[in-house]
Amino acid sequence: MNAIHQLVVAALVAVGTFFLLVGTIGLIRFPDVYNRMHASSKAATLGASSMLFAGFVYYGPQGAGLTSLVGIVFLFVTAPTGAHLISRSAHKMGVPFYGQEAEWPEEPDESRSD
Amino acid sequence: MASEAALLQPVVNAGLILAAAVTLLAGYRVIKGPTVPDRMVALDTIGTNVVAIAALFALATGRGLFVTVSLVLAIIGFISTIAVSQYVIEGDIIE
Repeated sequence: MNAIHQLVVAALVAVGTFFLLVGTIGLIRFPDVYNRMHASSKAATLGASSMLFAGFVYYGPQGAGLTSLVGIVFLFVTAPTGAHLISRSAHKMGVPFYGQEAEWPEEPDESRSD
Repeated sequence: MASEAALLQPVVNAGLILAAAVTLLAGYRVIKGPTVPDRMVALDTIGTNVVAIAALFALATGRGLFVTVSLVLAIIGFISTIAVSQYVIEGDIIE
């Protein structure tokens, strides 16, 4: 394991830690459910994907490295799905927006469910 | 393999410590969060952070098995998010 290899893995770990930190600061500091979901579903997913990509660089394209790539694909598919479901349940529960300016658009027709 | 990684080991250890601290900070939103979707968002974030911690642990110890552990944790987190959001909307999951 030479120096450039180690340096690439260390840089990917640093980037992932930075994105995890940004996502959690957004989760704590933002005023609204929808804003918090925006922060966590993008930044935390990118941080965890960067960690898994560091695992891919460390282990190479076979064995655990391939599992890391599968984990990246899985996170990129499931994180927006989970965020969409959470925001939909917040909408159904009637959680309001933070300011008075934003509001939900009018439903186009009542016959369609969702 | 972990013994010759002299440059990598402090960076991975610092990343583990910071990721664990960030996960504990997300627990603040689980306890404090005003509504139920706040707590769901915070628990989803904790699940993603635990995936990152498992991947970092695979780097720190040099055991590739923990990458598989992180994948399993990601699957469990996704299924639990779907189940809790369905429970909040519908009131029951399996009818």
